Amino acid sequence: MPFDLLSPAVTALLVESLQETAYMVSVAALVSTALGLPLGVLLVVTAPGHILAAPIFNRILSVAINLIRSTPFIILMVAIIPFTRFVSGSSVGTSAAIVPLTVAITPLFARLAESAMREVDRGLIEAAEAIGASPLQIITRVIFPEALPGIVAGQTVALVSLISYSAMAGTVGGGGLGDLGVRYGYQRFMPEVMVAVVVVLVVIVQSVQLIGDAVARAVNHRIARSKRSAQV
Amino acid sequence: MNAIVPITEFQAGATSAIGRADAPAIQIERLTKRFPGVAGAVLDDVSLTIDRGDIYGIIGRSGAGKSTLVRCINALERPSAGRVLVSGREITNLYGRALRTARRDIGMIFQHFNVLSSSTVAGNVALPFKVAGLSRAEIARRIPPLLELVGLAHKADAYPSELSGGQKQRVGIARALALNPSVLLCDEATSALDPETTEQILALLRDINRKLGLTIVLITHEMHVVRDIATRVAVLDHGRLVEEGATFDVLAFPKSRVARSFLSGLVAHELPPVVASQLLPEPVAESDPVLRIVFTGEAAHEPIVAALVTQFQLQPNILHGRIDYVAERPLGVLTLVAGGAGAKLPDLLSYLASLGLTVEVIGHAIRSAVTRRHSAAR
Repeated sequence: MPFDLLSPAVTALLVESLQETAYMVSVAALVSTALGLPLGVLLVVTAPGHILAAPIFNRILSVAINLIRSTPFIILMVAIIPFTRFVSGSSVGTSAAIVPLTVAITPLFARLAESAMREVDRGLIEAAEAIGASPLQIITRVIFPEALPGIVAGQTVALVSLISYSAMAGTVGGGGLGDLGVRYGYQRFMPEVMVAVVVVLVVIVQSVQLIGDAVARAVNHRIARSKRSAQV
Repeated sequence: MNAIVPITEFQAGATSAIGRADAPAIQIERLTKRFPGVAGAVLDDVSLTIDRGDIYGIIGRSGAGKSTLVRCINALERPSAGRVLVSGREITNLYGRALRTARRDIGMIFQHFNVLSSSTVAGNVALPFKVAGLSRAEIARRIPPLLELVGLAHKADAYPSELSGGQKQRVGIARALALNPSVLLCDEATSALDPETTEQILALLRDINRKLGLTIVLITHEMHVVRDIATRVAVLDHGRLVEEGATFDVLAFPKSRVARSFLSGLVAHELPPVVASQLLPEPVAESDPVLRIVFTGEAAHEPIVAALVTQFQLQPNILHGRIDYVAERPLGVLTLVAGGAGAKLPDLLSYLASLGLTVEVIGHAIRSAVTRRHSAAR
């Protein structure tokens, strides 16, 4: 265990950084899911020819999302400082770092959710229209459940990116594992801290991926159960 | 305060959510559909009336417009002109909530079944009930009889990935029937199924039609589906209605070239090309008339070939023929060379007509060597 190789002071720092990362990532993940999923739904259903077609709105939304996505996170973080201060009351600190993290991940998650929901067969949507389903019922009872495995997979990808982005949160005083690695491991020449940080991050990312895959598989009924267990 | 006046079913112009009880199931009036950027109309001035309780087949090649036509009936597609009435109620001018309510009276099943992969069989059948806002208890009560009806009671908790194509279509049928519609639209419902499963699904549809008195509209490119189940049939070609009538009549006496070609695999209206190419349009010396005889009903049992030999001393030579059964009535088409008919032809034709057969001289064939010898010997 890397913990045994570290002094108690450094171990305490590592635990504290882990808590900061967990806090930033979990809040940002929750908020970006809550915002990104409806955005993804809007991107799908307002596309030309879809159930609530609004091509101009769709185009504007799409361009806005691309604008955020094409801005490097480190620049985005600095560029939206006034907005961050408006939302969290401060432009520095762990809580303040959640704002740019959320702003950066929401469009990514929206795009991933969009592509999962766009794959839902038009025939299913027509079948729902034919039994008199409203657009909202089609979204909640057909598109969302059918796309759920893809949405979970997208959420996993977004979460891994989020963890990676959170390493840059030190730039705005957000702390966290990445910050610890840079300040102690790199700037103070303590390679054991750097290694510890990397190991902890690898474990977290692996866990997220494994759990995400398991959940995606559990909600996927497209493959027969017998064949599914054979795949595992 | 307004007095509440009870509206009777027969009050002039009264239409309820399920329409008028005395109106035909479906009226299609001068329906035209054009798609932007597509030359020509996909549907061109199509008018049809479908009576209650009918199983109505609409047949055409792919691209004939039949799918567009059936999708106009529940407004999945909007026509460019014309209108559709279901139970006397116009569908083509309904939007939003009113359209959604009207659609509950029109069930639909699809070629690729379109069942939710994320829901069990019971969950799929529950979808229309959830959409209609029924309570959980009410839904639980209504599902078992539906699964019973389509023969899937033992599969309630299975996911579609564990079902065969025929079973998925049964789920589709149960879902379509959930809200007791008066009309069931079938969009190539058996085209993705093997022949045996097709047979079973058609039997189920026939059964439902009899049990529930449901009007079924069935589009297909397979004439045997129409033959096996439809009471009436319409033939579409390039967006136009080219023929319409009782199934037996259309199969026995197809008027259009399209209908005849659709029937070639089933009823021997058309000669195989090798034989057809040898027919002469006009008689020549040493030729015999070629007759196409259509047997229907009782006349199918008459031993007419024997009569041609004994009563008319002919040497009939059968070129092509087949007997089929449509709606449990025999339908046979026989093409033969009336060898040695000569001047006896008018007598022969009136004799056959007197038996209730439909006879047509479709060409002439060079007299065969055997017939020539026979005539010479006389």
